[in-house]
Amino acid sequence: MKQQIIVSGIGGQGVLFLTRVIAQVAVDRGLPVLTAETHGMAQRGGTVLSTIKVGNFASPLIRTGQGDLGLLLWDDNLTVHRTLLKSTGTILLNSEQTGEGIRLDAAKLARELGNAVLLNLILLGRAVREQAIFCSAEECVAAIRKLAPQRFVEQNLQAFQKGLTS
Amino acid sequence: MDEKKQIELLMGNEAIGLGLIEAGCQVAAAYPGTPSTEILQAVIDRQQQAVEPLHIEWSVNEKIAFEVALAASYTGKRSVAMMKQVGLNVAADPFMRTAYLGVKGGMLTVVADDPGPHSSQNEQDTRLFCLQGRVPVIDPASPAEAKQLIGAAFELSEKYEMNIVLRPTTRICHSRQNVALGQPLELSRHADFKKDPARWAATPAFLPALHRKLNDNLAKIACEPDWQPRLTAGDGSYGRTALVAGGIVYAHLVDLLDELDLAGRIDLYQVVMPYPLNPDFKRRLEDDYERILILEETYPVIELQLDHPGAAGKQTGAVPREGELSPDVIYTALAAFLELPPPAEQPLERRGQRPSLCPGCPHRAAFYSIKKCFPKGIFPSDIGCYTLGMNLGAVNTVHCMGACISQGAGFFQSYRQDTSEFPTIVVSIGDSTFFHSGIPALINAVIQQTRMIVVILDNATTAMTGGQPVPHMGIAAGGRPTRAIAIEPLVKASGVDFIECCDPYDNNRFEQLLNQADAYIRSPEGGVAVIISRHGCLMDPAVRKGQETATIRILDSCIGCGKCVGAFECPALSLDTERKLALVDQDRCVGCGCCIPVCPVNAIVKEAKS
Repeated sequence: MKQQIIVSGIGGQGVLFLTRVIAQVAVDRGLPVLTAETHGMAQRGGTVLSTIKVGNFASPLIRTGQGDLGLLLWDDNLTVHRTLLKSTGTILLNSEQTGEGIRLDAAKLARELGNAVLLNLILLGRAVREQAIFCSAEECVAAIRKLAPQRFVEQNLQAFQKGLTS
Repeated sequence: MDEKKQIELLMGNEAIGLGLIEAGCQVAAAYPGTPSTEILQAVIDRQQQAVEPLHIEWSVNEKIAFEVALAASYTGKRSVAMMKQVGLNVAADPFMRTAYLGVKGGMLTVVADDPGPHSSQNEQDTRLFCLQGRVPVIDPASPAEAKQLIGAAFELSEKYEMNIVLRPTTRICHSRQNVALGQPLELSRHADFKKDPARWAATPAFLPALHRKLNDNLAKIACEPDWQPRLTAGDGSYGRTALVAGGIVYAHLVDLLDELDLAGRIDLYQVVMPYPLNPDFKRRLEDDYERILILEETYPVIELQLDHPGAAGKQTGAVPREGELSPDVIYTALAAFLELPPPAEQPLERRGQRPSLCPGCPHRAAFYSIKKCFPKGIFPSDIGCYTLGMNLGAVNTVHCMGACISQGAGFFQSYRQDTSEFPTIVVSIGDSTFFHSGIPALINAVIQQTRMIVVILDNATTAMTGGQPVPHMGIAAGGRPTRAIAIEPLVKASGVDFIECCDPYDNNRFEQLLNQADAYIRSPEGGVAVIISRHGCLMDPAVRKGQETATIRILDSCIGCGKCVGAFECPALSLDTERKLALVDQDRCVGCGCCIPVCPVNAIVKEAKS
């Protein structure tokens, strides 16, 4: 099994948490995994990108045109990061507008749950439902339980479930 | 116990931190700086795993971190100093002399480079620094390898009594990988400093012998069997041709060869220790290969040492001389070298959204007032989140840690020579940067009779790197309580007579103080005026919770002038150009209300939170 995934958003949106959840699923399943993340100044509201490579890889970076799946938390980033994906790659994005890829207004759904930042896990739930990602729902739930701060676990799981059923 | 428990998903910096604990390191000192910061944080988070006492400190700067770790090594214990690449410039003085004098217990200096750069003021290469400083340097290709090399690096350090540098780059530091955990070593060492003035206090008379010893050691280290370049042999498809790479670039190359079905078809060398290089390796490359492609970040350090007649690399222009060597960049270089078809798809050069001070950031309020009071002022600033004051036009220079105060003084001296009128110079410096290297600069500015305003942006933390403690908060690494060193008495003791403190959210008072300070610096008895702009960092949840918040709304009377978006630059505000109306993004707005006085028609209002 090999899968190359990008997670794209802006600083503060929960790109890093989503990256960790997906990578944790790989570790729990015993698959080799590498991620590359954006830290530092760009985290102050700038465009941030994580790459996740599951399977037998040496480098954490994804070359142009090699990504299998894109999870985009900020729809303006589609023009910035689209080229990383294969032309046949799956795109899931949080957007109020119509256009390329599977789109859902995840921010709105997240706000209904009490916090816009939850849109990251809504998007993950949807990706699992679409069978676009290597993870199963049970594996994601286990990883979220492992990584989320105790008092946010239930809220995070609700968001994931919402994505799974939306 | 099941096998899975031995594997954990770790960020490169966490892997290094854990590797240090497992290798029996007993003193760990660092100053935060991207991309190195999380290493010491990982040591803090996992200190209970250490089987022996472990002193951990966020030092006031990198030079101090290095010297603390150095003396710990003199006592026979294992120690480490950690910093980002430009931090090594600050620590350069003790670092260079340590090459001659050596160490006792194993000492590593972990210096994280930032090719790109992603979050740094330059792309300097620590491997080249090590070549100049004559210090062996190790260049890991993955988080797991970085961790795995630490124990062996300590052994090398102890065998030759030399400081060894581990140089991860951003893509190692901030990558995560499944990493195997090990058992911490129990070394049972007790502090035992053996006095040896000919070495630890070496005067020039002793240095030629120490220098000779250093050169002998380097020659031996270059031949250490465990640290030789590693060959993955090809099948002869590409005769007398080889690829040579180090660090994360080697990993990118491995994946690329795999993608292109070239794995195992061409000789591939991984250089784990780029300095010192074994002369036999150099000879072998000359004898066995007509052409070699050298891939390394960021300077041509291997290429310089190999000096191969058939080399393709940064010096020959076959590989870009600047920027990160991403898989795309490597593809282009490799395709040209092997005469493969060039890559079909070119990466798009788009940077996306620029970073910005957070909504509610007290620095934004301070910068807006500074710019408003002195539209023609000169604004030297410094390294930290507040560099982003550039977006408000309130930051004109950013150089290196602590430079803003001395640069402000230099601006003053230069303008003052020409005319008795001089522009208002407003320096802005963060609290952590002030402690790091601002204090000597402030003393210098005072004794040189500089007339300028220094605004110390005190947000009670080292914000840019994720909130490390600062000396005036009375908290040391890991939350350990310690003595607090207040800023005001330090400023006063530096000879500053005008000291005021103000919350920049109170824009009226803050602007009043700025104008008073300007009058003071122009008065006969004037000198340096210091204003401490004090408000906690909004990244700290306690600060968010502790401050009043309102719902911010835009009234229909908004004229769409865009001042709140352009001049104030809050990421929670945007402009609907069609409807000529400012918009508030309620997901991002923190309800601080600092934007209210910015609106020329009073169309920004706050309502009680529903």
